[in-house]
Amino acid sequence: MDLRVGEHPILGDMSRGRWVTIYVDGSPIPAQEGEPVAAALYAVGIRTTRLSRHLGEPRGPFCMIGRCTECAMTVDGKPNIRTCLLPVREGMRVETPKGVGS
Amino acid sequence: MSLKRTAAELVVVGAGPAGLCAALEAARADVKVVVIDENHLSGGQLFKQIHRFFGSQHHGAGKRGFEIGEELTEQCRKAGVEIRLSSTVLGFFPGSELMVDGPDGVYLVEPEAAVIATGANERSLAFPGWTLPGVMGAGAAQTLVNVHGVLPGKQVFMAGSGNVGLIVAYQLLQAGAEVVGIADIADRIGGYGVHAERVRREGVPVFLRHRLVAAEGKEGVQAVLLEDMDVKGRVKRFKADSLCLALGLTPMAELAAMRGCGMAYQPDLGGFLPWHDQDMRTDQEGVYVAGDAAGVEEASVAMEEGRMAGISVALDMGAINQRQAGRHRADILRRLKGLRGGPYGQHKLEAKRGIFCQ
Repeated sequence: MDLRVGEHPILGDMSRGRWVTIYVDGSPIPAQEGEPVAAALYAVGIRTTRLSRHLGEPRGPFCMIGRCTECAMTVDGKPNIRTCLLPVREGMRVETPKGVGS
Repeated sequence: MSLKRTAAELVVVGAGPAGLCAALEAARADVKVVVIDENHLSGGQLFKQIHRFFGSQHHGAGKRGFEIGEELTEQCRKAGVEIRLSSTVLGFFPGSELMVDGPDGVYLVEPEAAVIATGANERSLAFPGWTLPGVMGAGAAQTLVNVHGVLPGKQVFMAGSGNVGLIVAYQLLQAGAEVVGIADIADRIGGYGVHAERVRREGVPVFLRHRLVAAEGKEGVQAVLLEDMDVKGRVKRFKADSLCLALGLTPMAELAAMRGCGMAYQPDLGGFLPWHDQDMRTDQEGVYVAGDAAGVEEASVAMEEGRMAGISVALDMGAINQRQAGRHRADILRRLKGLRGGPYGQHKLEAKRGIFCQ
């Protein structure tokens, strides 16, 4: 799935930076340097950013401005990082937290 | 643990239209201003607005929202305002200390004055399936598509026909998504006719008097269910991979409450907000409020309220005199009156009067 807009009728080319690779639960995905990690995941159709604490239900980005914390993931070993605010850097390792990030 | 502690003349929390305008007015009066915002871009929610604003020249009519945000940021920088981005204000304590989590760690700031211009949160609604990936705020979808260039889905359903719902639906179409429909429980479309016309011209169906029943799907949204309010039990099912909620905004005024500002509940302005007067002073000395945090209206109003707050700060600090303040004040009040002139604005004005008079 590719959800990138690419060429926008008003905003023009929506490329946001150099193409790099980041790893989501060990699998490589393409991402643009500087865009939020949550946007890079969404662009390739990864909408689940965590599993709920008790029932293990999928949760995904809800506010995209750092309020709701549904997109909090483990990044380079650090838990509870709001991926909608965190800019992509080459080689980042993003893990889907299962239950409470620790 | 002892944290680094710094002093400041004026701290503005929030680099949106209200905060930037407050900073600009105060800086023009030679007040030293620090603006703090948790985003990595300045401009607040202006940076996701790609439609042209209407209104007067003074509020950037004809320009797109993000252009207004860039201009205000540039003007602030020229006026000597320091804008600290990627910095979250964690707390505002009764001794007037702000705790900030910045790129280099957590620190305290003790300002002589503070303007709370933190904006608003999107309202949500709980219904079966609302936690599924693919259900998100309309503002979230707008950020995703207009700032990051990523669609929330290929087939999007919009709940809510206010201006945000209509504008975001149109912007999703512009970016190449299909908008399956727009639903509202009300009898009439909530937003301006000009925005409604745009989506209707594109053939997007609007379902009025329809209730959002559920979102269905396994790993994410696959369908949206509506109930026709006139035919009880008639549920319509729409195939969609994303559901946006445009259900209004609520002031984000927790910092004011934490600081000890008296709070009021005003449903027409979005919920709880700090008491304030026409000059944007709260009931706590040295604490001011502006923009959506002082009651949800629109960006042009936020800019005027921000200017007013900046002028009140400058006056209270002795950086300008009564006569200088009075001139600016009269201009701002005149423009605010104009902005709150229409039937929509009138409603807001009444609600605001209820706040001012107490």
